Amino acid sequence: MTWEIVVGIETHAQLRTRSKIFSGASTAFGADPNAQACAVDVALPGVLPVLNQAAVELAIRFGLAVGATINRRSVFARKNYFYPDLPKGYQISQYELPIVQGGTVPIALPEGEKRIALTRAHLEEDAGKSLHEDFHGMSGIDLNRAGTPLLEIVSEPDMRGAREAVAYARALHALVVWIGVCDGNMQEGSFRCDANVSVRRTGADAYGTRCEIKNLNSFRFMERAIEYEARRQIAILEDGGRIDQETRLYDPERDETRSMRSKEEAHDYRYFPDPDLLPLVVREENIERIRAAMPELPIQRLQRFTQTFALSPATAAIVTSSRATADYFEQATAGASAEAAQQTANWIAVNTNAKLNERGIGIEECPVGPRQLRELIARLIDGTLSAKLAKEVDDAMWAGEGSADEIIERRGLKQISDVGALEKVVDEVLAANARQVEDYRAGKQKAFNSLVGQVMKATRGKANPAQVNEILRRRLG
Amino acid sequence: MLNATVAELSSALAARQVSSVELAQLFLERIDRLNGSLNAFITVDAERALEQARRADAQRAGNAVVGPLTGVPIAHKDIYCTKGMRTTCGSRMLENFVSPYDAHVIERLESAGTVTLGKTNMDEFAMGSSNETSYYGPVRNCWNRGCVPGGSSGGSAVAVAARMAPAATGTDTGGSIRQPAALTGTCGLKPTYGLVSRYGMIAFASSLDQGGPMARSAQDLALLLNAMAGFDRRDSTSVERAPEDYARMLDLSLDGLRIGVPEQFFGEGLDADVRARVEEALHWFLAQGARRVPLRLPNAELALPVYYVLAPAEASSNLSRYDGVRYGHRATEYEDLLDMYVRSRTEGFGEEVKRRILVGTYVLSHGYYDAYYLQAQKLRRLIAQDFVQAYRDCDVILGPTTPTTAFALGSKVDDPLQMYLNDIYTIPAPLAGLPALSIPCGFDAQGLPVGLQLTGNYFAEARLLGIAQRYQLATDWHLRVPREAPL
Repeated sequence: MTWEIVVGIETHAQLRTRSKIFSGASTAFGADPNAQACAVDVALPGVLPVLNQAAVELAIRFGLAVGATINRRSVFARKNYFYPDLPKGYQISQYELPIVQGGTVPIALPEGEKRIALTRAHLEEDAGKSLHEDFHGMSGIDLNRAGTPLLEIVSEPDMRGAREAVAYARALHALVVWIGVCDGNMQEGSFRCDANVSVRRTGADAYGTRCEIKNLNSFRFMERAIEYEARRQIAILEDGGRIDQETRLYDPERDETRSMRSKEEAHDYRYFPDPDLLPLVVREENIERIRAAMPELPIQRLQRFTQTFALSPATAAIVTSSRATADYFEQATAGASAEAAQQTANWIAVNTNAKLNERGIGIEECPVGPRQLRELIARLIDGTLSAKLAKEVDDAMWAGEGSADEIIERRGLKQISDVGALEKVVDEVLAANARQVEDYRAGKQKAFNSLVGQVMKATRGKANPAQVNEILRRRLG
Repeated sequence: MLNATVAELSSALAARQVSSVELAQLFLERIDRLNGSLNAFITVDAERALEQARRADAQRAGNAVVGPLTGVPIAHKDIYCTKGMRTTCGSRMLENFVSPYDAHVIERLESAGTVTLGKTNMDEFAMGSSNETSYYGPVRNCWNRGCVPGGSSGGSAVAVAARMAPAATGTDTGGSIRQPAALTGTCGLKPTYGLVSRYGMIAFASSLDQGGPMARSAQDLALLLNAMAGFDRRDSTSVERAPEDYARMLDLSLDGLRIGVPEQFFGEGLDADVRARVEEALHWFLAQGARRVPLRLPNAELALPVYYVLAPAEASSNLSRYDGVRYGHRATEYEDLLDMYVRSRTEGFGEEVKRRILVGTYVLSHGYYDAYYLQAQKLRRLIAQDFVQAYRDCDVILGPTTPTTAFALGSKVDDPLQMYLNDIYTIPAPLAGLPALSIPCGFDAQGLPVGLQLTGNYFAEARLLGIAQRYQLATDWHLRVPREAPL
């Protein structure tokens, strides 16, 4: 008997606005506690919210990017509950009528593309933070984050298992960063996910009872939490037990989830339309203006790269993994041949990414700019550099020694492709290694490689390997 | 001078017959003498008032271009946040709350040159019709100190009626300007919803709350509204429209005016004296050439229950911010977070406020929302449609402001339903968002004032004030001095 794991994800993406969703206070991260909490954020008596149109535009941009319906009229509601870091005693959110409805996010799986359906995405405000350390027997409240605009993106339960859930979360993360609606900084809490996990017998129609897992602040934790939670639920069901609908917290230290509150303990939020805010009406011309300014989306770019340069889907996926990478690739291959583009893509996928990871930096900080890489690939293609030499030049470029041509010139790394010169070296090597020549003629393939090695050694690695092979074969008959 | 209207004071100031400082001193002395017995003010700040008065005098002396209100003293309902001056909203919860900012209405009136005498008493968080729910004690009616002045703007009404201030600000949610105006023989206007910014006006029920002026004549209401009204981007429900002069129709002709008289406003529960005074007023208008248009407002009878679902629902949420965490009353002893909330709110709020929070919480609860809140919203739309329909046939709707004159202190405190019924005629206008005013139209057998209510179409304030002004030019009810606050 096998089990199917069903996952839906709710994501809170902080929108990249300068000021808060209902006040003029700054949203910048890292200020002194409460330095960015104005009268509205503190919920002084008599203050009123005023909607930040920039947040609305970012929500629309997201909706267009996932092919969703932009509701021409949506409504802000109050979600009522008491908590010290929720100054008004309610959160302004959208409930019955969200601004974005439907849409899909494509995810790349080894077996092919899968489209994850979205239920909705709605605008809401973030709460402040309660700080429990450093206040002996008391709690501190920091309201800098209170009122930061969030887009809550809710998926359908379309993912089957932790792997797909993580693929979705990564794709969504890449997308919101790509279109510039969210900075994607997970450490600072700009992109937070909760997972709704349930299990059912393979082939069953109905969904099992779900549990909501909170505190998944990295993709790795998300994967482990879902795996743990699925194992827990399967074990209970196989023992003849029943799953209780509840909210659970993932503890990365112990790698387990534990109960936060049951369905019975769930709040009655007493949602009702916020009388301080008029219904949000989106005009057609605004949608069209935002649509016109939309950057090319990851999926569109991937298709274009695949078609223009005949890149393999896997390589194309790597160079479109982020907008910065795609921009880099684009600049490095402007007007290039398909061969050069393929070489460039491979170079980025293998060499550049490895070095970036090693240094823990993004491609926008890469010391080798796209034009430098372009020159390096050109030297690789015109035969000036062997793959090995190209790596040496690349190392030097990373060390800031200048352009590929300068380094080749300075270090004398130019590959020897002159037939006459190579024949002379080959002849010398053959004369000095009569034994290997004999071995080769007696059928030992290894001896051939040894001879190639000798030639390369004699030229300090600069001989064109293809030509060396060719000349050797000819000489050895 | 104490008996002068704002318009008269404005002329006297312009003619240098009196200085603003002299006026401020005059009214401060009057407050000092009467407030102990009437309890109309919660806070009086003589220093601040005199400072503002000196500035107004300097402006006039310097021949600066000044408006009609420069140097005129006024009082503010203690629901408007005043920078650097205590704002209690009639509650223990905000006993020591000093706002770091001014409400839009305060900004507008102070920049128009008015002098703030102090903050007036009110029902706690504007919840009440008698001023008996104030943490700072009840306000007494200056026509009979054993009677209530009405509420929730009872302090402002008595301040104006007893000549402790020539004018005052109020707020109206279900009648909180008009009902106390009626019960104290003063004038009060609730403008169209959205005309006066709610920024800095402590919220009771956001979709109904509207600030407005209280004074002794329709002309004064117009002068004050000119300063109070105006678009404010800090209030999303503020209406953006061209500024207008609300005093421009004060010489309006009544000939041919179509006066709607809804049968629902003259039904059961209406006191005979009140009915007689209102009908006398109606006949005066008819004698001036106005026409009577019989009306039916079929859903008007639902206004009271609709109001007592919607207003508490919004209030229960609006008052959640008073949790003792950031400002306001916090219990001194508590065991944990929940205990801190419970004790702080139990101690900080009075009975009526708690009752409405409970009602509001109930009607928004899961399983009850559709039956109460949603149903009430639908009925609210029907009530508004009745008025839209009615204004096709008439220009103004006339009726009593309240079913009775001022009632005895303590007589309805333990019977919320009887108390709520006092607002039966004032509640429909705010549900529809319409402007309405109350002016005095005579007295009952006990010598207590009777209020006449005129309700207009959206943004018809100038016309309403014009109609009221015409009536006041021919009558002197609004000029009578209260028995128990003689000059």
